[in-house]
Amino acid sequence: MTLQLAIFYVVAAFTVWAAAVVVLGKNIVRAAVALIFSFCGMAALYVLLDAEFLAAVQVLIYVGGITILLLFAIMLTSRIASKTARVVNDQVILSAMVAVGLLVGLIYASTSGLVMTAAPPLLPETSPFLGRALLTTYALPFEVVSILLLAAMVGAIILARKE
Amino acid sequence: MGNLADLVERFYGLTAAWGIPWLVPTLVVMTIVVSVILAYISVAAMFMIWWERKISAHIQVRYGPMRVGGWHGWAQSIADGVKLLLKEDIIPAGADKVVFVLAPLVVFAAALAAYVTIPWAPGLIVRDLNIGILYMVSISSLVVVGVIMAGWSSNNKYSVLGAMRSAAQAVSYEVPLVLSLLGPVMIAGTMSMGKLVEAQSGVWFGFLPQWFVFPQIVAFLTYFTCALAECNRLPFDIPEAESELVAGFHVEYSGMRFAIFFLAEYANMFTVSAIATTLFLGGWQGPRIPLPGLPREVAHTLFGLFWFLVKCYFLIFVMMWLRWTLARLRVDQLMDFAWKILLPIAFANLIVTGLVLVLGRQVLLYVAGIAILLLIAIALVVRTGGRAVQAEKAS
Repeated sequence: MTLQLAIFYVVAAFTVWAAAVVVLGKNIVRAAVALIFSFCGMAALYVLLDAEFLAAVQVLIYVGGITILLLFAIMLTSRIASKTARVVNDQVILSAMVAVGLLVGLIYASTSGLVMTAAPPLLPETSPFLGRALLTTYALPFEVVSILLLAAMVGAIILARKE
Repeated sequence: MGNLADLVERFYGLTAAWGIPWLVPTLVVMTIVVSVILAYISVAAMFMIWWERKISAHIQVRYGPMRVGGWHGWAQSIADGVKLLLKEDIIPAGADKVVFVLAPLVVFAAALAAYVTIPWAPGLIVRDLNIGILYMVSISSLVVVGVIMAGWSSNNKYSVLGAMRSAAQAVSYEVPLVLSLLGPVMIAGTMSMGKLVEAQSGVWFGFLPQWFVFPQIVAFLTYFTCALAECNRLPFDIPEAESELVAGFHVEYSGMRFAIFFLAEYANMFTVSAIATTLFLGGWQGPRIPLPGLPREVAHTLFGLFWFLVKCYFLIFVMMWLRWTLARLRVDQLMDFAWKILLPIAFANLIVTGLVLVLGRQVLLYVAGIAILLLIAIALVVRTGGRAVQAEKAS
């Protein structure tokens, strides 16, 4: 258990460091690369939580898909890599309030032991349960998400099409 | 192999008896396993480079390397490796140094991590994860990240172009690749590499081995095509097209850093071949003859390893053969091929596989009937449409 805890702290520190580079980095490509490391750290945290299916999907979708498209888009915009991006925008106070509120809420949730933070029962293998749950209990949310993605896809195609 | 696992267990038991904390023997075992895999990757990559040069030479009616080492220049790759080690390490002045240094490491780490779930032989697998195939696919998708890092940090327009092409290609071909892998996974009902191989034991009609390549031939061809694209092999090698981009994303790399890219490329070729072998060609399954003087288990492992490597290297040979036979695709053709041809085929295969699994084999008759009707309908529409266009032009 202590080893697992030590690994958790190392991975968590790595993830937070990478996320800090994403937010505070002045170079936008470096920020995107740090985002990849942050996602990998998240995947490692999922593995520590025995959710290895989620971890693999996290790497496949977020690292292999979304961040690569992000980098692709960054490289399509000319010379953005050589400029230094602004780190803060004009809504510092508003976002600081949201961030502090979220932090207080999280600290309260983890110290007072809410029902949501209790450890779920351990499953021997998560993927079959996940698949069954998605197609039975959670079929409606699953389909709603599919329709949302389909709408986004159709919208993107219409925007990208040249008349 | 039962006795290897036993050996590890006995080692753990021994160290526990000596009162050494279990972290130490775990680290020792991990180090040994990683060293064996690293040694295998290096030797296999050197062999594959020499082999590719020989194959390309023979396809072009040449001899290829003949001098270093004596017999057919077998030591050529070793000599090249030593040369690369001795070369000066150059980092371009305009490069982003951190990312530039990190990029080959990311590529190689991703290529190496995929070897964890390769099922070499019965019981000879580093860790048979229950999400094995998903793990392999997702960890290999990290290679593109390294490629983009290399391309951008080099501060060279050719390498950026190569990296962008690589990103577009990898994202496009990953979709049909994962979809085509779902066919065997659906039939076997598992994602663990070991169980996928075991699901392919036995024979049909007394002679045909029950490999998934026969019911899933469409998925196999789709997978292999996408795998070629994922490895940036011809006819899908636009990320490093020599004639347009000098060397693509690794144009600024030299010496050992370039060697690491090269090593990772060949390690990836082996990985995709290993996935194809495991999911479609029955993995370690194959005819065995009793070996005198060897325990049955050891003989099983050796034969398993033999058949696995034979199938893998056959697929690698096909990849090399294609490289020196086909011409490079254009960028737009490449994208069209992935999204308009491979993706619909992969989806259709998935739907038909699901229908057969749920409703039984007679569904295939209906599917074939509907497909023929659809084809006739499409042909009619195309013909009448063509006539309408001709009539319009005439008027």
